[in-house]
Amino acid sequence: MKILVCISNVPDTTTKITFTNNNTQFNSAGVQFIINPYDEIALARAIELTENGNGSVTVIHVGEAANEPTIRKALAIGATDAVRINAPAHDAFFVAAQIAEYAKENQFDLILTGRESIDYNGSKVAAMVGELLDIPSVSVIKKLDVEGNTATVEREIEGGKEVLSIPLPFVAGTAEGVAEPKIPNMRGIMSARTKPLTVIEPVVVTTNSEILVYETPAPRGQVKMIAADDVAQLVSLLHNEAKVI
Amino acid sequence: MPVLVYTENADGKFKKSIFEAVSYARAIADQNNTSLTAISIGNVDTAELSSLGNYGADKILNVSSEQLKNFVNQAYASIIAKAAESEGAAIVVLSNSFSGRGLAPRVAVKLNAGIADGATALPQQADGKLTVKKTAFSGKAFATVELTSDKKVISLTPNTYKVEEKPTGAQPENFTVETNASDFAIMLKDIAKSTDKVSLPDAEIVVSAGRGLKGPENWGMIEQLADLLGAATACSKPVSDAGWRPHSEHVGQTGITVSPNLYIAIGISGAIQHLAGISSSKVIVVINKDADAPFYKVADYGIVGDAFEVVPKLIEAVKAYKASS
Repeated sequence: MKILVCISNVPDTTTKITFTNNNTQFNSAGVQFIINPYDEIALARAIELTENGNGSVTVIHVGEAANEPTIRKALAIGATDAVRINAPAHDAFFVAAQIAEYAKENQFDLILTGRESIDYNGSKVAAMVGELLDIPSVSVIKKLDVEGNTATVEREIEGGKEVLSIPLPFVAGTAEGVAEPKIPNMRGIMSARTKPLTVIEPVVVTTNSEILVYETPAPRGQVKMIAADDVAQLVSLLHNEAKVI
Repeated sequence: MPVLVYTENADGKFKKSIFEAVSYARAIADQNNTSLTAISIGNVDTAELSSLGNYGADKILNVSSEQLKNFVNQAYASIIAKAAESEGAAIVVLSNSFSGRGLAPRVAVKLNAGIADGATALPQQADGKLTVKKTAFSGKAFATVELTSDKKVISLTPNTYKVEEKPTGAQPENFTVETNASDFAIMLKDIAKSTDKVSLPDAEIVVSAGRGLKGPENWGMIEQLADLLGAATACSKPVSDAGWRPHSEHVGQTGITVSPNLYIAIGISGAIQHLAGISSSKVIVVINKDADAPFYKVADYGIVGDAFEVVPKLIEAVKAYKASS
């Protein structure tokens, strides 16, 4: 089974988010970048599904050369090879179009992404790739098993889950439950240095969205402290002052 | 050019988040002096469909068949895109629900439309430009996105726009679309619903607990408090990682992002990743025995105390309030 795993390069979850140039650009100074945590789940499941020589896992990343440490980490975790589309990830459609173009040329049985990225909170790439390739897509999945040419997945819905049967190939956006992220071992780290990382120039895509400006949430007011033995006052404040109950 | 809103149903009923999306789409239609068409797919009865007219839908399209009874991503995306084309819609609105997240991008690609997912406010429109504010960095920030294409798709974050009644008296009409057999490749095998619980992304009140609860056996009081308040239950990442609670309850940067009217955090210290997922909550209550917990910096109300003492008292206080109101 040939699996393509799409990874994005995101600020570490402990990062305090700030912006520069009149709040038009993310301030990456001093920020540690990591594989998007949901993409790590996708990668872990892909590696499990291809264990014992049962196929291969290619990771694909749309981004510039500075992001290669993130790609090498994916190789260290266990991906077979990697592809970098040499362009800044302008928007989700741009990224999806690059991935779809590569997938068209290289025929994968399964394409996995994380359910969303933790930077722009886009959850669009999986469905866009599915549409561009005219194959099924399913998000947000909590479980993924493959038998022969058919997969069984659990999809999260509001207040429950659906179990779906999907013929390969398809695209899925993975969330917790699909697999436990894997930590690279020393052998993986050493072998990652020599695994193939192909750099491909992007195809021309007309992008259709542009981030103009960022803002951080307005600071909240002072906390009102209530004595632990006077919780009735809290209930009263929630009803009369905050008007939320 | 009318605005089109897709109205997802759950077992033939529309949830509050759908009326929010219809109200939001109505306001966009008003910005553009145009009409609002709602489209429903699946087996929804006439009375329920007509309710969409209470929130400003001028026209209600109904696509119903046994094959479309349950959500099928590709087929639904085809139908919505075809409805947008036949209505000449320039803007398509969806809810940023779990299904909406899989659907909106496919609709956008079909229509060659720019997409703003997770919108949190009405778009600003001037000189033919449309910008939308959306969440970014899991609630640590917002981004204002300009959609530069002729057609636009916007998915609205639940609980971020008020339901507004604007009765139009519109009645449903059947809309027929041809679908391709290949759009039905995904087969539904089973649905398991937690019917007794409030859905976390839609919840107006969330009661959330962390490691301060010491173990899964102590969640009874959290569930009891949530039941009394009509709230959803949630948890911090260490709790779901430890298997005390399901991953579907994990709120935070790598879990569910919520924006309820009231978020009650019990025994959660308030790590930056957790705060990211809840910062859009309108009112935050923190109960923690550590007076220095970072959570108090973003809280509106705080109680320093042991959860095992405070929560039972809170349950009694809520019961007393309910009995007196």
